[in-house]
Amino acid sequence: MPSFQQFRLPDAGEGLTEAEIAAWHVAVGDTVAINQTIVEIETAKSLVDLPSPFAGVVTRLLVEEGTTVEVGTPIIEIDTDPTGEAPADAAPGAGPEVPVHGPTSDADPVQAGAPVARHASAAAEPAAEADEPGGAVLVGYGTAAAPTARRARFTSAEGDVDAGAAGPDATAAGAAPVRPATAGPGASRGGAAAPAPAAPAAMPTVRPGAVPTGEPAAVSGRRALAKPPVRKLARDLGVDLDSVVPTGPGGIVTREDVLAHQAAAEARVLATYPADDQPWLASGTVSPDGRQTRVPVKSVRKRTAEAMVTSAFTAPHVTVFQTVDVTRTMKLVQRLRQDKEFADVRVTPLLIAAKALLLAVRRHPDVNASWDEAAQEIVYKHYVNLGIAAATPRGLVVPNIKDAHRLGLHDLAEGLAALTSTARAGKVTPRDMSDGTITITNVGVFGIDTGTPILNPGEAAILAFGAIREQPWVHKGKIKVRHVTQLALSVDHRLVDGALGSMVLADVAAVLEDPAQALVWG
Amino acid sequence: MSTSGPLTDDGLVQLLTPAGERVDHPDYSARVAHLDADALRGLYRDMVLVRRFDTEATALQRQGELGLWAQSLGQEAAQVGSGRALARQDYVFPSYREHGVAHTRGLDLTQLLQLFRGVDHGGWDPEEFNFHLYTLVIGSHTLHATGYAMGVQRDGAVGTGDPERDTAVVTYFGDGATAQGDVNEALVFAAVNNAPLVLFLQNNQWAISEPTTRQARVPLAARGPGFGVPSVRVDGNDVLATYAVTAEALERARTGGGPTLVEAFTYRMGAHTTSDDPSRYRSSAEEDYWRQRDPIDRLEKHLAAAGELPEEFRTALAAEADALGEKIRTYVRSLGRPATSTMFDHVYATPHSVVDAERAWFERYEASFAGGEHR
Repeated sequence: MPSFQQFRLPDAGEGLTEAEIAAWHVAVGDTVAINQTIVEIETAKSLVDLPSPFAGVVTRLLVEEGTTVEVGTPIIEIDTDPTGEAPADAAPGAGPEVPVHGPTSDADPVQAGAPVARHASAAAEPAAEADEPGGAVLVGYGTAAAPTARRARFTSAEGDVDAGAAGPDATAAGAAPVRPATAGPGASRGGAAAPAPAAPAAMPTVRPGAVPTGEPAAVSGRRALAKPPVRKLARDLGVDLDSVVPTGPGGIVTREDVLAHQAAAEARVLATYPADDQPWLASGTVSPDGRQTRVPVKSVRKRTAEAMVTSAFTAPHVTVFQTVDVTRTMKLVQRLRQDKEFADVRVTPLLIAAKALLLAVRRHPDVNASWDEAAQEIVYKHYVNLGIAAATPRGLVVPNIKDAHRLGLHDLAEGLAALTSTARAGKVTPRDMSDGTITITNVGVFGIDTGTPILNPGEAAILAFGAIREQPWVHKGKIKVRHVTQLALSVDHRLVDGALGSMVLADVAAVLEDPAQALVWG
Repeated sequence: MSTSGPLTDDGLVQLLTPAGERVDHPDYSARVAHLDADALRGLYRDMVLVRRFDTEATALQRQGELGLWAQSLGQEAAQVGSGRALARQDYVFPSYREHGVAHTRGLDLTQLLQLFRGVDHGGWDPEEFNFHLYTLVIGSHTLHATGYAMGVQRDGAVGTGDPERDTAVVTYFGDGATAQGDVNEALVFAAVNNAPLVLFLQNNQWAISEPTTRQARVPLAARGPGFGVPSVRVDGNDVLATYAVTAEALERARTGGGPTLVEAFTYRMGAHTTSDDPSRYRSSAEEDYWRQRDPIDRLEKHLAAAGELPEEFRTALAAEADALGEKIRTYVRSLGRPATSTMFDHVYATPHSVVDAERAWFERYEASFAGGEHR
């Protein structure tokens, strides 16, 4: 008779709790010798080859490559008596016993010594997680409880019932009874790919044909039992009694059962967001009460967070403000929009602000620089890659216009347009975003007066361009209605002092107030 | 290798080249002249068995059976050569990697494993083998050894001329330990007290990830004379040279000549312990260089060239090594949990009322659980 042995993931270091299966060196059907290298694992410390504790034939690889599992999780099954006769029949629950091999064997007979009915182990996984015994051990594993303890996910009531009713007949691939409320990475984690931990304690509790407590009446084919007031309550609330899990004596549905079912159902309604309305929720997992959604931080959001934390906590920010009458800039914009030369591009106040900033940089090139902490040097850039912060469906990105200092107003307008359309299409490449030297953030498009922008990492200044409003303004000694905006310039005070920042901002303001100034400085 | 600094080959006592050729040394050849082919095969067998034991223990750690393992791979000659030079009455203070020395002291190698499985603080009776328990704290045992040697001296077991009585003490430590205060204090005390001590330094070139070059500007043996301790550098992968050099140092100690610092220049071919990944800090070229200087290989080449390694010997040794591996595996897997009450056993050398009271309380507490001892 074949004798199946399982090898638990050991702690290959001191006090490591998990490791990734980096590469299997054997496949199902291979014959292995004692101490033959069977798998390479990657721990927090190193790549380690694991030698086989058994001689025999590999019957199952229990963990896929690339999967991280906790120490103590069975990872491979080896038949140490492959020439023995096949088991009579792989009837559910009647499979050969699989002793789980590991150093806890001396310490914890419940965990290591008890037989494992191999055919049932996969299906029993969801039920097993709760009460996997831990073992106080002295060697290697620490307390290797709950090998793949995963947080319970939001699950429909029916899903839970499936898990119970599926019983030992379910296969690892077919059962997958737990359905997360929203699709995404969370869903695949709960699927069949997860290794089935040996769960001797929890497994035998469900038998074919038995009706587990907590099973809805509908599943067992009986009509739900409930008292008339409860039936009325269910009818009033629109709850289908047959779908309610009964907890009352004799399997009757109680008032509390109906209310709990309805609360769960409401939570599900709350949780069902139209993805296109709220794309930020797309890959999230809804909390059981439906009141929160947890979304993994990744991609643009992750990069933004890292960049902002880096910037905010390394560069001491100083922000200077100026309110400026941009009426002449608005007139210039109007004129240029009529100009044939500019017929093919979009002229906006932002374009003039960009030109104004470029002129200010030409007059104060020392603001166009970067702090090199590692080298303890300041890097002055003899070119301007002008960054424009853009809100896109994917999040905030800051592509830049390469060598903007060389561009005339028309080419600058083209560069802005190209950058904007690329960003809108979500096609900004890493190259578009790299090597920026100074940035404009156009908060005005959101109707905002101004803000204190955080520097794009590696840059020394960022200009916030506020909303342009018609406001009462003292013009030539009289109060007039003028176009007024606010400018804010944040600088990295490690290399840009307040005086320099103020002069740069004053220059930008001067050009916006009187674009003719550009002739003087251009 | 470099020609100066702590890694120089200069001044290394060598009797067997990496190619297995026997070379003469004016001071040391005579000390191995009595070793015949049988004795050399004995040293070869020692090293092969110790390496097999070490390999098996490493595998057992990777299989989760040991919490940790410190490999002796590559240091077999330094350990077996020095260990075989010891007399019965000599006393050894090892660090934690001296599996080869343990073997020469007559320990059953399985006894080393209880500590690494975490079921015993030691695993053997030091008095039985004159082999102290492994010390995991770096260098602290060199002071214990110095004190013990001073005790031997005060017992009058030095310089009597009686080969059954005169006793030397040997302490084993590594290159990393030489940077510890304890080792330097041990050198001071051993020197000024003329203690019958051999400070056997296995320079395996790596203090975990720290190379010897980061710990010394001179060969480590060169430190001895500064303390007033004569020193010698020996090719630690040469079992004969190690034997000869140790024999001389032991003789000096036993005859009242005082301490000696022996630097056995060797290489840790494995990891520091199973928790370490040497590929992160040293090159494979360096490992290859030292693989060419494997201590077992060179004795094997020497014996084979002399026609002293018959096939039946090899076969029998291979079988013996396999049996040892199997025995170790079976033994480790059979180790149970120690009885909790043993924690009271060796707190004091003599009975102690406080410990007795605590033991009695603990036994009552254990008995209070229905069904006997609570886990």
